[in-house]
Amino acid sequence: MSEILVVVDHVDLPEGVAIKKSTYEMLTLAARIGVPSAVFIGPKAKGAGVAEAVKRYGAQRLYVVDDEDLKSYPVAPKAEALQQLVEKTSQSGGVGAVLITSSAEGKEVAGRLAITTGSGLITDAIDIEAGDDGPLTTQSVFAGSYTVKARVTRGTPIITVKPNSAVPVEADGAGQVDEVAVTVSEAARGARIVASQPRAVTGRPELTEAAIVVSGGRGTGGDFDPVEDLADALGAAVGASRAAVDSGWKPHSYQIGQTGKNVGPQLYFASGISGAIQHRAGMQTSKTIVAVNKDEEAPIFELVDFGVVGDLHTVLPAVTEEVRRRKG
Amino acid sequence: MKIAVCVKYVPDATGNRHFQHDKTVDRVGVDGLLSELDEYAVEQALQIKEKAGSPDDVEVTVLCVGPEQAVDAVRKALQMGADDGVHVQDDAIAGSDAIATSLVLAKAMQRGGGADGAGMPYDLVMCGMASTDGAMSVMPAMLAQRLSLPQLTLASKIETQGAKVRIQRDGDDATQVVVGEMPLVLSVTDQSGEPRYPSFKGIMAAKKKPVKILTLSDIGVDAGDVGLSAAWTVVEETTARPPREAGEIVKDEEGSGARALADFLATQKFI
Repeated sequence: MSEILVVVDHVDLPEGVAIKKSTYEMLTLAARIGVPSAVFIGPKAKGAGVAEAVKRYGAQRLYVVDDEDLKSYPVAPKAEALQQLVEKTSQSGGVGAVLITSSAEGKEVAGRLAITTGSGLITDAIDIEAGDDGPLTTQSVFAGSYTVKARVTRGTPIITVKPNSAVPVEADGAGQVDEVAVTVSEAARGARIVASQPRAVTGRPELTEAAIVVSGGRGTGGDFDPVEDLADALGAAVGASRAAVDSGWKPHSYQIGQTGKNVGPQLYFASGISGAIQHRAGMQTSKTIVAVNKDEEAPIFELVDFGVVGDLHTVLPAVTEEVRRRKG
Repeated sequence: MKIAVCVKYVPDATGNRHFQHDKTVDRVGVDGLLSELDEYAVEQALQIKEKAGSPDDVEVTVLCVGPEQAVDAVRKALQMGADDGVHVQDDAIAGSDAIATSLVLAKAMQRGGGADGAGMPYDLVMCGMASTDGAMSVMPAMLAQRLSLPQLTLASKIETQGAKVRIQRDGDDATQVVVGEMPLVLSVTDQSGEPRYPSFKGIMAAKKKPVKILTLSDIGVDAGDVGLSAAWTVVEETTARPPREAGEIVKDEEGSGARALADFLATQKFI
């Protein structure tokens, strides 16, 4: 069985490292196609803590790449570090695939890595299974209207995986820590990060990780209180349509759709969102879809499992109350 | 200053997008257009030109790889105000993956947009944030890798001062300010500013603007390195997703909608 490298998706915090759920999902998928190893590009001192976490999801090894020399530059140094790791591990048995979260930066890193390692690239996989000729991926394309199965035919398969693509399964891993020294080229230092403002903490689940997402659109008229109250009652993340973001009602980090976040929760609750194709592209893989909209002709109703034609400003508070009452 | 804006000709998302027998996207038998998200790159290129000390010294070239019809995407960008176009068109390119497409784009740029091998003449290589069909979002990073240029990508705000470029990048977990110096690759998001509509004057002027057609041999790319047979990935199957089964839709009358919805959520075990 060949080694599958899973790049740890995380946010570096002063008090530690917040590992995203997608990391555990990818380790679970990796175990289906080979022996999972994790790769942590971050502060070396935090490697041991990360190893403890990933070994509970089956990581046999954790490669730690200290990011002191990398973190001031976007994308390129990470891709170089991974290239060097792939080449190094290839000498000792071979890498079966590299799995990276389908985030904006993850996809960019993957694109560069594919070129430098001479490997095929698949983005936005929603499933991975073992195939006769290597890992077989599933993707949802054209705003969810087609499902595509594909595989890489050259080099080391580089696959970006959408969050929520698997249910993380705990497994015993050895979690052996292996520090890796990498070199960063001058070319990779050409773009420099001079300021960074972390996202405001909302206390709600991360949009792409959440099991339930409640989102609001033009129909809110700018009043997101009913949307947020319902989200909190359900323990959900809050999202917004592009119309709501363009109106300045919510920051872009809330946007769901083609040019925003791509979500696939267990339950997607659209309020006051018409459901344009650009919006569908970001939520159509949701398992259950519910909508409240005043306009019974809204295209969102073509997608729903359950829909209410009505004013969200009266329906949502009533649903929130019902949810709180039934949850006790 | 010379700016290259990479644009893609894509099937209209409101039309019937589908795959062909060879499991590639049908780009010829359907209505196509300039990928909407590339219009933002054209817009920002035009703004850089307009804000320059002498706009006439800034040349905006639109670069496109695609079948004959793809010239429509180039024309649209010329109507918006770009100066000229380069269209790499070769039957051997059909079915290329992103890796091969990035090779063709990079070689076309390194050839100075022509067959003379003059070297990479562009100070800025601009792209949209993703195509509206494949939506991989990898082309800017791949071009930066191939051209050994810095990448300032996913910009929602752009400032240039001489050769210096400063962007706001709305990343996954943070908003960053990223700086670099030309030549570099710059991709912009749909938060960078609404693209203009072509004016009547722009539409008329575009008819006279030159579009250079290049083949693979013009740019020194071996036909064996591109196209479906050279792709580093293979699509095993494509399945049209069955339409969702019609859900239950109720009209809210004095609170009935909320109760029915709560019942639904309860039966689905969400509460």
